[in-house]
Amino acid sequence: MEMFGDPAQWLPFTFAGLMGVSILVYVVLDGFDLGVGVLFPFATDGEKDMMVASIGPFWDANETWLVLAIGLLLVAFPTAHGTILTALYLPVAIMLIGLILRGVAFEFRVKAPTPHKATWNWLFFIGSLMTSLSQGFMLGKYVMGLESTLGTWAFAMITAVFLTVAYSMIGACWLILKTEEQLQFKAVTWAKGGIWGLVLGLGAVSLATPLVSPRIFDKWFAVPEIFILAPLPILSGIMVLLLWRSLRRLPNPTDAGAKSPFAYAIALFILAFGGLAYSFYPYVVPEKLTIYEAASAPESLMIILVGAIVVIPMIGGYTALAYWVFKGKAAELRYD
Amino acid sequence: MDTLMLSRIQFGANISFHILFPTITIALGWVLLFFKLRFNATGNVRWMDAYRFWVKVFALSFAMGVVSGITMSFQFGTNWPGFMETVGNIAGPLLAYEIMTAFFLEAVFLGIMLFGFSRVPSWLHTLATFLVAFGTTMSAFWIIVLNSWMHTPQGFEMREGVAFATSWFDIIFNPSMPYRFIHMMLASGLTVAFLIAGFSAFRWLLGDRSQGVRVTLKTGVFMGAMLIPVQIFMGDLHGLNTLEYQPQKVAAMEGNWETQSNVPLLLFAIPDEEARTNHFEVGIPNMASVILKHKADGVVPGLNDFVTEDGEVLHPPVAPVFWSFRIMVGTGFAMLFLSWAGAFLMLRKRRGPEGIPTFMYYAMVPMAFSGWVATLAGWYTTEIGRQPWLVQGVLTTKQAVADVPAPFVGTTLGAYLAIYALLLSAYIGVLFFLARKAVDGDVPRPRTPLSGQAIAREVPAE
Repeated sequence: MEMFGDPAQWLPFTFAGLMGVSILVYVVLDGFDLGVGVLFPFATDGEKDMMVASIGPFWDANETWLVLAIGLLLVAFPTAHGTILTALYLPVAIMLIGLILRGVAFEFRVKAPTPHKATWNWLFFIGSLMTSLSQGFMLGKYVMGLESTLGTWAFAMITAVFLTVAYSMIGACWLILKTEEQLQFKAVTWAKGGIWGLVLGLGAVSLATPLVSPRIFDKWFAVPEIFILAPLPILSGIMVLLLWRSLRRLPNPTDAGAKSPFAYAIALFILAFGGLAYSFYPYVVPEKLTIYEAASAPESLMIILVGAIVVIPMIGGYTALAYWVFKGKAAELRYD
Repeated sequence: MDTLMLSRIQFGANISFHILFPTITIALGWVLLFFKLRFNATGNVRWMDAYRFWVKVFALSFAMGVVSGITMSFQFGTNWPGFMETVGNIAGPLLAYEIMTAFFLEAVFLGIMLFGFSRVPSWLHTLATFLVAFGTTMSAFWIIVLNSWMHTPQGFEMREGVAFATSWFDIIFNPSMPYRFIHMMLASGLTVAFLIAGFSAFRWLLGDRSQGVRVTLKTGVFMGAMLIPVQIFMGDLHGLNTLEYQPQKVAAMEGNWETQSNVPLLLFAIPDEEARTNHFEVGIPNMASVILKHKADGVVPGLNDFVTEDGEVLHPPVAPVFWSFRIMVGTGFAMLFLSWAGAFLMLRKRRGPEGIPTFMYYAMVPMAFSGWVATLAGWYTTEIGRQPWLVQGVLTTKQAVADVPAPFVGTTLGAYLAIYALLLSAYIGVLFFLARKAVDGDVPRPRTPLSGQAIAREVPAE
């Protein structure tokens, strides 16, 4: 192991990386299916069936990335796991109740007697909304260093709304890719309406993060960092413009460019996440606990890493298989 | 109530709600694979009818299991931060392996298993069914390794109050793991056997005489009849293992206060921890000694050995353990009676389902949920039986609890309980609704699985 240097250094770094990737994959994947749920009230009953059909085969695996992310936090940084989750006790509980409601509503809305379907549709929306809002709230609290003051609450309320709008935007982009005709037309309108939330949300977090912490301020605005990092906000701006342009060309008779909005939305999520990761590194609990202080014993991390190296490519492989099997425009979900 | 008790109730409620659904999906996955393989081998549509009905139950149960499982992964941190801080080096890798080798496998292939029948070749659909069943079983394996390690920890050393692994082999194959794992797998098999038999009986009572309901009725009854004697034998071995490693738990199960020989098997008693004795005892003389030590004058450990000189109680609360154990065993014997009688009547003169009298069908319907009762009672026995320890001899429950204000825990507990009550009644209601719908001939004929070329045409090109 000498060639890799000190395991107490590179193992926590590797695991922070793995956890970051899991969170990012989660936010993109569950982001679009949560967003589809948030958009439910704007759709007709027939459209709702098609919206669920577009995410039905995937949502379960999408949510597993949250379990992996929280699992990695739990196993790799156990002290941080306790600190963060006890600080976020109430929003976590609200998110969990939201996840429970929407997860079971998927099944109940088609299996319960028909008169109950409207109720389960409503619960699916409420659950998706609770989950999105509470995740945005947690993001805001985390950016504010997990402090509990009136100001941090207000800020977290704002990020709650922005993240929900961002999710509904990427959800609309997914629908553009997976649906046709009237629903696709509506989805384009929804996506256009969602861009403002994404831009304001990105802006709010980008401005607030360096103002809260002088350390983060220096990381961004010192020379030469400011020049090295300049491409990040510039690229984000370009992505917003490209996204807007691609939406204006849709829908069209040949369905050309129907995948583009989703691709640009993913790119925006990645850029935003990259910025946040850069700001907070090396802290896992903002300004209090670094990944190196919070890490588990190297021998425990090593045994997980060995498994992860073997298993994660396999997960990637069969996830790709599932998306390939259900590729193309969404069709009615049937058990036969 | 204080934060500790509220947190325990909250986690207990959550894990009780959660275990109901994996208990079904673990074995139901394999039963579905059996249906699918029988269909592949015989081409007979009745196996596909059975598959299609029970795969809906699987999908619903799986969703319930996933969402309540996610809740638990968070509650480790929100309610029990001391657990991961102390034994995170052991529990962490085990949980990580569960997520990596099981959760993704089952979640990804579930989509293909549920909705892929006419989209993928038949072999891939069968493979997806196998991988989902395999994934649920792997998930059970890892979590039971961790749970068993909390009962019989080994393969670690404590440094500055934190556990460090010394032998992963010893941790994984800890003394109670093989017994607990097999006991739980059999419990899952029995839960599913009686669930299938119960709902097939319900359909039978509504006048359904289809081939689909006949095969599931037989599958359920024979499966139950075959598994229950194995389970009773396995449960006995598990009890002997517990006697060796956690004698205080066995003492509570038997309601035995003093270490002594010729201990009776108590059929009924009201354990009184204040007076440290039992009221209204009804028992079979010497029987507990015979079961635990295989001789009438065998010495059985007593609860009073687990009270320190300054009065600290290091044994579990007696009454809940004592009663949970009796409910589990009683349910087991009811299962034995019903499944053997049902199997005997179906085999006699080869009369099949017609050989079973109507009153027995009426008994089978409530017994559909007997597996849940026995599984919960069994888990209460073993988990409450571990108290006051969270990890036996290493960490107490009290040391691990989060410093969260009690009203927070109380409020969220109330919300969880309300939702669990709602979901449980919706779940049971929908199961009966699906069964009633199946009686009305809702089950459509299967479409033939498509060949590779046909799929290429069916799916629009991108």
